[in-house]
Amino acid sequence: MEGFVRRIRGFFEIVRRLSHSPLGMIGLVIILLWVLIAILGPIVAPYSPTAYHPQDRFTGPSLKYPFGTDRFGRDMFSRVLMGSRSVLILASSATALSLFLGSSIGLITGFLGGLVDEVVMRFMDILMSFPALLFAMLILGIFGPSPFGVIVVIGLVYAPRIARVARSAVLEVKQREFIEAAKVRGESNLYIMFVELLPNIWGPLGVEASVRFGYAIFLSASLGFLGLGVQPPTPDWGLLMKEAQQYISWAPWMAVFPALAIASLVVAVNFLADAIRKYEAGEL
Amino acid sequence: MTKFIGKRLINMVITLFIASIIIFTLTEVMPGDVAQMILGQYATPESLEAVRAQLGLDKPAVVRYGDWIWGVLQGDLGTSMSMKGVSISDLLLRRGRNSLFLAAFATIFLVPLSLVVGVIAGLREGSWLDHFISTSSLVALSLPSFISGTFLMLIFAIWLKIVPAMSSIAPGANLFKVFPKLILPIITVSLVLLGYVARMVRASVIDASHSDYARTAVLKGLPYHKVVWHILRNALMPTVTVIAMNLGWLIGGLVIVETLFAYPGLGRLVYVAIQRQDIPLIQASVLLTSAVYLLLNLASDIIYTFLDPRVRY
Repeated sequence: MEGFVRRIRGFFEIVRRLSHSPLGMIGLVIILLWVLIAILGPIVAPYSPTAYHPQDRFTGPSLKYPFGTDRFGRDMFSRVLMGSRSVLILASSATALSLFLGSSIGLITGFLGGLVDEVVMRFMDILMSFPALLFAMLILGIFGPSPFGVIVVIGLVYAPRIARVARSAVLEVKQREFIEAAKVRGESNLYIMFVELLPNIWGPLGVEASVRFGYAIFLSASLGFLGLGVQPPTPDWGLLMKEAQQYISWAPWMAVFPALAIASLVVAVNFLADAIRKYEAGEL
Repeated sequence: MTKFIGKRLINMVITLFIASIIIFTLTEVMPGDVAQMILGQYATPESLEAVRAQLGLDKPAVVRYGDWIWGVLQGDLGTSMSMKGVSISDLLLRRGRNSLFLAAFATIFLVPLSLVVGVIAGLREGSWLDHFISTSSLVALSLPSFISGTFLMLIFAIWLKIVPAMSSIAPGANLFKVFPKLILPIITVSLVLLGYVARMVRASVIDASHSDYARTAVLKGLPYHKVVWHILRNALMPTVTVIAMNLGWLIGGLVIVETLFAYPGLGRLVYVAIQRQDIPLIQASVLLTSAVYLLLNLASDIIYTFLDPRVRY
């Protein structure tokens, strides 16, 4: 209980410090707004995102359809609002997966060192020497596009990068006395890695995770745009952009609103990530 | 120095070799029967057999991998499956030339601009101009290319009508003659790096101007432009590597930008190959892009050792 209270206090302390960065706060508010919209979903969306209105095809923004309609007369406003779900779910699951994989690999290689470290990190270097988007396209092109595939692929692509950060943090913490003490106490390697080391590398991991979350949105939206992610008729921001391309000269609203949605979210995440980085570096 | 470059080259060859195995294995597990795809649904078992034999698909995977790599080493990449009879080597050369043109102009555009902008922000740390530059470069680096590209297209091509919206060009066209079509793709593909490099330059200028030698220069009474010269010489060194390292990023960016503007480059070719499940074309184009990416990384390491006399391997 006491630990819990301390943690809550610690969280508010971080928020208080972050509030010194106006951009970080703007970012946080926009992210929370999108999360709220994603949770409320159908409650805030006036129509079903997949409902056809054949009499209202390609209508521009109006009171009835604030963001206009697409080629089937589907309401773009509802499609953009509901599209926040897929991008947030995909990007956060992918980030969680890469964080899990990456920090495990980093903890193990950093703590054990020696041959394991050498071999695994060399392999990570090779994985990182492919352009991320190309690797993701190749995998999804081969195993077929799917939202689950997007999560796995982004998780895999970013895991080596997180592993590198985790490993270098572990190498530093490993030198400290309490690790030595734990070894003398005869604690198991697993205990030392996950109970002693992990809590002490949250800082750099948190910074990396926030940056990776931004990249994950970037990458998942790009894959959606290439048609390799979420498939129609599910609304997904990247996919909406792909659908809009054909009609861009005479139905520009189909592109403008999803583009603004993606832009607001990625910029917000990067503002927040930048504030978190400054906080960790002691600049706030 | 030669030893270092040699070691890195060997490393690169090993990485490329492993990459080729990974690419081959991945395309190997690709669902679907190639012979069936070529002949269509109503092919007889005999004709399917014949096509498999002709493509060498009846041989074991290891032998086919060997054949493929042997061909690659001799510059023979086979023929495309979806574009019947087109030599992949020719195709990659043509498309590669177009992409190189785009990437070269993007670099010419973004490097000086990001340096100037970053140096101005760094030297005026904390001013409103610095805040403006820092914030807008953060925005520029966060936006996916298909978003910034769409905005640029909407504003400059569809609304103001000063540049063409689409960049489709005839094969073999003189790229200088159709240059207006390339303006939007060039700017779009540069934006992310522009933001990124400008921020790096700003950070290293600030670092350098807080250093002891900069303070000494000021206290010694050197005129302002000489102090700035001291700072810049030291600040721009890490920037060169940042630029070289991130040029590899352009490759991923090119896929999106070329698809968005329908520009016939290497990136769009990779995309089309994957969409059409054209296995020989996927193998060749992905291997080529990985090779280019690795070469750029190698180049950035070498440049760094040349620039920084402290780094000696």
